[in-house]
Amino acid sequence: MSFTLDRVARSFLLAELASGMWLTLKTMFKPRATINYPYEKSPLSPRFKGEHGLRRYPNGEERCIACKLCEAICPALAITIEAEPREDGSRRTTRYDIDMTKCIYCGMCEEACPVDAIVEGPNLEFATETREELIYNKERLLDNGDRWEAALSKRLELDAPYR
Amino acid sequence: MDGFLATPVGHLALTVAQAMALLVPLLIGVAYLTWAERKVLGAMQLRKGPNVVGPFGLLQPFADALKMLMKETIIPAGASRALFIMAPMITFMLAMLAWAVIPVNDGWAIADINVGILYLFAISSLGVYGIIIAGWASNSKYAFLGALRSAAQMVSYEVSMGFVIVTVLLCVGSLNLTEIVRAQADMWFIIPLFPMFVIMFISALAETNRAPFDLPEGESELVAGFFVEYSSMSFALFFLGEYANMILMSALITILFLGGWYPPFDIAPFTWIPGPLWFIFKICACLFVFIWVRATFPRYRYDQLMRLGWKVFLPFSLVWLVITAAALKLFGWLPA
Repeated sequence: MSFTLDRVARSFLLAELASGMWLTLKTMFKPRATINYPYEKSPLSPRFKGEHGLRRYPNGEERCIACKLCEAICPALAITIEAEPREDGSRRTTRYDIDMTKCIYCGMCEEACPVDAIVEGPNLEFATETREELIYNKERLLDNGDRWEAALSKRLELDAPYR
Repeated sequence: MDGFLATPVGHLALTVAQAMALLVPLLIGVAYLTWAERKVLGAMQLRKGPNVVGPFGLLQPFADALKMLMKETIIPAGASRALFIMAPMITFMLAMLAWAVIPVNDGWAIADINVGILYLFAISSLGVYGIIIAGWASNSKYAFLGALRSAAQMVSYEVSMGFVIVTVLLCVGSLNLTEIVRAQADMWFIIPLFPMFVIMFISALAETNRAPFDLPEGESELVAGFFVEYSSMSFALFFLGEYANMILMSALITILFLGGWYPPFDIAPFTWIPGPLWFIFKICACLFVFIWVRATFPRYRYDQLMRLGWKVFLPFSLVWLVITAAALKLFGWLPA
């Protein structure tokens, strides 16, 4: 009986509705979760997998030794490598292409690399207007590596204890 | 000047000027209602809402209007052309027409007619034609279903709304909107008739097709409801009409229950603010609740909607009407 009375009273006094309204009203005065994206950015983990880059040694020599492990492991078949010995006899790539439209940003290439040459950097703002611009060649990748080197080495250093 | 205003041309000019003085602020109000809705909804969902166009996004409504105007009006191949174009015009026109009898201040109504409330009720019932015609003329199943739902919904809720209005009329003894507000000089009707106010408010939500009763335009099942096929300015007219109707319903609630242009207390700091400002302020408060409800409640299922209208509101308002009538008669409070 008292249960029924309680239920009737609740539904006629709109108790549930009022408590719902109260909740939204309280929420209205909480701080906003939105950030003003192009001007404000959210923090990125050092493991964030963004745009690729090919790194160099401090003396300017490119790290990649054309072992083709990244090409082999790439699940999306986005990497194409051609290689032949250089004049000094060292093994180097003549062609290193990544099709960024195929890439799924899994990070297997950087895990496979024995010399930390191919890495995924913190850059996520590389949208282009045409598809062709997203097919990166070796020159573009080395350029990326040079441009982001400070961030890249920092990330590798931060992640080293967990490797 | 008085001589000129007495001539038919002068009278016409005066009426047009009065209508403009009401409609231009109303349309600006509609524009800013869309802005306010996005801001309030944003805040209640921990978002920012529009904040890029102008300070605090204040120019956003005009950017949207400009965008709408520049788009192409598409008329579907299977549509009934004349009706398809007419429907948004009807909706918009009716939303504007109703404002003729709204008293913003004592004696400020464009047409202070003695059947004001009946006129309002008639116009708001006609609003369903715009929707039905739009749904039928589009020749699309989504639009048609949306129109059917809308028609059934508006008819159902008008019944209980009618009883609410009759209850208020019993307490006033007049159909004139100005008289209805004057009768609330001492006490707003929201106090003695609070349950009717709640019913009126919820019915107003259903009547304007607002959440949680926005089934006619339920995005998840009907794409956009009766105006799926509309684009550009014809879509904008529906949009303006819907928001103008929201403001109209808020004005009606303000007149019937919240004492129109009267301040809440008849003492110094409240009486300094002029009547029209009080009227606008009360409308804004109602509109805020409209938006607040939208942010809070999920959409009703269609059978729940019908059940609420016919099996809860109708008997309840009918019983309350009888109680009110009996109380007025027993205690001798009937208006002269």
